[in-house]
Amino acid sequence: MSKDDQDNRHCEGYTRRGFIQFIGVGAGVVGASLISQPFNGPVLANEDDQVLPAASMVKVRLKINGNRYEVLAEPRWSLLYVLREIIGQTGTKLGCDRGECGACTVLIDDLPRYACLTLAVEVENREITTVEGLMNGEELGPVQTAFAENDAFQCGYCTPGQVMAVEGLLRKVESPSADEIRSGCSGNLCRCGAYQNIFAAADQAARLKKS
Amino acid sequence: MTTKDKIYYREGLPVPETPDPENSPEFWRQTDVVGKPLPRVDAYERVSGTAVYPSDILLPNMIYGAMLRSPHPNAKVKGIDTSAAEKMDGVRAIITGQSAEAKNVKWKYRDQQVPLFASHCRFEGEAVAAVAADTRYQAADAARAIKVDYEILDFAVDYEHALDASAAKVGGKGNLLNEERYGRGDLDKGFAEADVVLEETYRTPCELHTPMEPHGCVANWERDRLTVWESSQGVYAVQSRIAEALDLPLSKVRAVGHYMGGGFGSKLWPGKYTVLCCLLAKKTARPVKMMLSREETYLCVGNRPASTMRIKAGVKKDGTLTALEFDCSGPSGAYPAGGVQLVDWLVRDLYRCANVRTSSKDILINAGPARPFRAPGHPQGAWALEQMVDALAEKIDMDPVALRLKNIPLESQAREGAPPYTTTGLRQCLERGAEQFDWRESIKRINGHNGRDNHLKRGIGVGACLWIAGDGGPPSTVIIKLYKDGSVNLNMGASDIGTGTKTVMAQVAAEELGVHPSVIQIEHADTATTQFATPSGGSKTVPTEAPTVRNAAISLKQALITMAAEDLKVDRDELNYIGDEIVWSGDDSKKIRITELSTLQKRGEVIGVGYRGPNPEDKVVNPFAAQFCELEVNTLSGEIRILRFLGAHDSGRVLNRLTFDNQVYGGIVMGVGLGLTENRQLDENQTGKLCNRNWHDYKLPTALDVPLVMSSLPIELDDPESNNTGAKGLGEPVTIPTAAAIANALYMATGVRFTRAPVTPMAVIRELSKKEKG
Ligand code: FES
Ligand code: FES
Repeated sequence: MSKDDQDNRHCEGYTRRGFIQFIGVGAGVVGASLISQPFNGPVLANEDDQVLPAASMVKVRLKINGNRYEVLAEPRWSLLYVLREIIGQTGTKLGCDRGECGACTVLIDDLPRYACLTLAVEVENREITTVEGLMNGEELGPVQTAFAENDAFQCGYCTPGQVMAVEGLLRKVESPSADEIRSGCSGNLCRCGAYQNIFAAADQAARLKKS
Repeated sequence: MTTKDKIYYREGLPVPETPDPENSPEFWRQTDVVGKPLPRVDAYERVSGTAVYPSDILLPNMIYGAMLRSPHPNAKVKGIDTSAAEKMDGVRAIITGQSAEAKNVKWKYRDQQVPLFASHCRFEGEAVAAVAADTRYQAADAARAIKVDYEILDFAVDYEHALDASAAKVGGKGNLLNEERYGRGDLDKGFAEADVVLEETYRTPCELHTPMEPHGCVANWERDRLTVWESSQGVYAVQSRIAEALDLPLSKVRAVGHYMGGGFGSKLWPGKYTVLCCLLAKKTARPVKMMLSREETYLCVGNRPASTMRIKAGVKKDGTLTALEFDCSGPSGAYPAGGVQLVDWLVRDLYRCANVRTSSKDILINAGPARPFRAPGHPQGAWALEQMVDALAEKIDMDPVALRLKNIPLESQAREGAPPYTTTGLRQCLERGAEQFDWRESIKRINGHNGRDNHLKRGIGVGACLWIAGDGGPPSTVIIKLYKDGSVNLNMGASDIGTGTKTVMAQVAAEELGVHPSVIQIEHADTATTQFATPSGGSKTVPTEAPTVRNAAISLKQALITMAAEDLKVDRDELNYIGDEIVWSGDDSKKIRITELSTLQKRGEVIGVGYRGPNPEDKVVNPFAAQFCELEVNTLSGEIRILRFLGAHDSGRVLNRLTFDNQVYGGIVMGVGLGLTENRQLDENQTGKLCNRNWHDYKLPTALDVPLVMSSLPIELDDPESNNTGAKGLGEPVTIPTAAAIANALYMATGVRFTRAPVTPMAVIRELSKKEKG
């Protein structure tokens, strides 16, 4: 991984440039697999210099909402697929599976990220937070409370993603301006059009978090 | 189309029973719970991630389905080779048109019966095969590995040229599916009387529903009993379509849909994919989850058809509309699907006008069939009519709000016998809306602003509408159960598609029973355990279900009074239901707490059953609205920024102000999409294929595109004749006049009449430079 990529990871999350470079690296791995010996049995995805055939299962260690999971996954499986269909945490939703709607937004080390565009193997041992992780036991967290009180949804299917986008925004900016809220939510589509209430919820959530 | 309200959700449904006349309750003059801005009863589930949507269902042993669809707009399937796919890892079953299980299964597009797998695929996305495999990835891989030999045929995807003699024939016969005409009065006389006559052709794009949760389902068999969890607007519609396709009794098909991630009309009924999911589950003896990909939702689960509308209108100097002539055409798609359904309705019915003639041509093209889309036909018709009314107002030098006010109808002229509306709030929507929007002052302010030498120009615009339905009606059945501790179970079949149905129904039940909404548990949208309801759509859910819930509560109260009469040994007619007690009118110390009724305690519960009664005879119940918009156009870049929007809506009684306003804002946002961003593009010349098949290329309004400020002004008129709650529908009217109001504001800002939606920045620049060149 290049120096740039590392910087991207640690400062700003994945910029578009960083993401494209990452894809480049991924393609190299698949290409290389054609000439390498196939692996027998699971390997650790984060070990260097291991080359995997696409369909072989690997052991992936994930840290989700503070809990550790170890799953067998194909290297091509998205974090979203592993969350929803393998681990069974279905709060995170699938709207497009191609990075366009934000229904799958989770936090990776506090930064909002599309789980459908994130491979499970890519986020080993990173801090993954999903909408379930914002609960305090059975109680709603501040962003969730604000969404409920402001009627910031209709069908609710974009909602976990919107909640995570707002949570990510507020982890970075304590008191966002109206414009910051709008752009913080702009990676998340809501076909029901509940945006105005989502903005109001984000605003209230900022206050709730401080109190 | 006949002049009776006969639209999609009622077709083929038998007329049901009605409640006893004595069950009909008084109109509420005052309410304690109804109308209050209660947060949703299921807000916790929706924001915590615990709500289980059909796509979230996980069952033991579950496997995944995927579909193979025709990549060509018009092609014959000559052969299918599944041998490679069958050998792939994890593949459990493949079904094609050759498979025994698919052979006798029929599907229907309106009245046209088709085989489940047509050997002639008439649109890109038509089903060719289905696969089940252990993971979603494997299922998709296997579907891709099926080899199909297609004979590729010439196609017709441009509806404006599909009737040309040289056009390819979609169904073998001609591409004109249907032509309908309507007329009243004397059109020539009307135009002769006019001081000003204008004519213009308007166009709206094909719009795709793209609800956030893709279409799909999970199917599971327990021997011969089938359960389907479908992302759907109506579980009973899912049950009946599946039972019909698979030739099963209704009792063997259970459809469940507690949550669903949006539909907007595209999920009023299930799809072929639902039937195939059931067949795959049967064949593999495993539960199967089949969620469509986002791309599939662009291809084959409906759309709002494009329309071309020529409108000619005459007006007198005093603002009297004398004549309206309207010809529209639009495509159903590859199968009959109502390509021009209701596009002319506003021209026929919104404004008082004695002389009207319309014609509508429904055309076949090689593209995915339409499905009802939020207020079918109306936003298209409004785009043409509401811009035309503005153009007329300018020509006779009249304020556009005033011209509309001049032509308010009190009866539905387009229906036979011109029956009156129970209420026409259109006047109040326009007057009070204009007042709250500060219409007159805004015009002055904007004239001043635009006079300055600045590349940012502003404009305001208005659009009005009615919605043909929004009255609701039978059938519907609701059961309310009172437990012996006084808590309540509300049991109804209706889906809550995000409009807040569960919440407002709990409020209605709470109001009538005098309990707090928090003690009401709701059981809904399950054909095995809840009562019959038609799909949630057409703005009919509230006016259908709310009176039914109220009837059920009343029948429960009557049962309790009968029990109290036995316990208190007095005549039941002398008893009153007050709070949590039943009190004798002879002496109010003679009373009994409801939870102490001996029969309730012995039985453990008491139920009340409510049925939806008929709508008033000889009267029409329609919602009305006016919306106002202010925007700013950057005349250098063509960008449009919507500064504010106001929706003034007469939908009768507001049952919950929070969910009411939310609908208004959401409808406006969707209308912004129709007016400014959304447009299905088919490659008309080269391939006939869909060019923009995802949210990247097909633009929805995002957080950065919606109006900076939106407000909602409910026009609450008492409407005791509509139904026993006085509520009319809201979900459709909120999106009908939006795009037209934007276009009218654009005209004020730029002096250009944008006749073609969506108005993109490119279109703005193109038109402005045309204008400059003269
Ligand atoms: S599902 Fe990930 S962005 Fe749409
Ligand atoms: S609430 Fe339905 S998509 Fe946002």
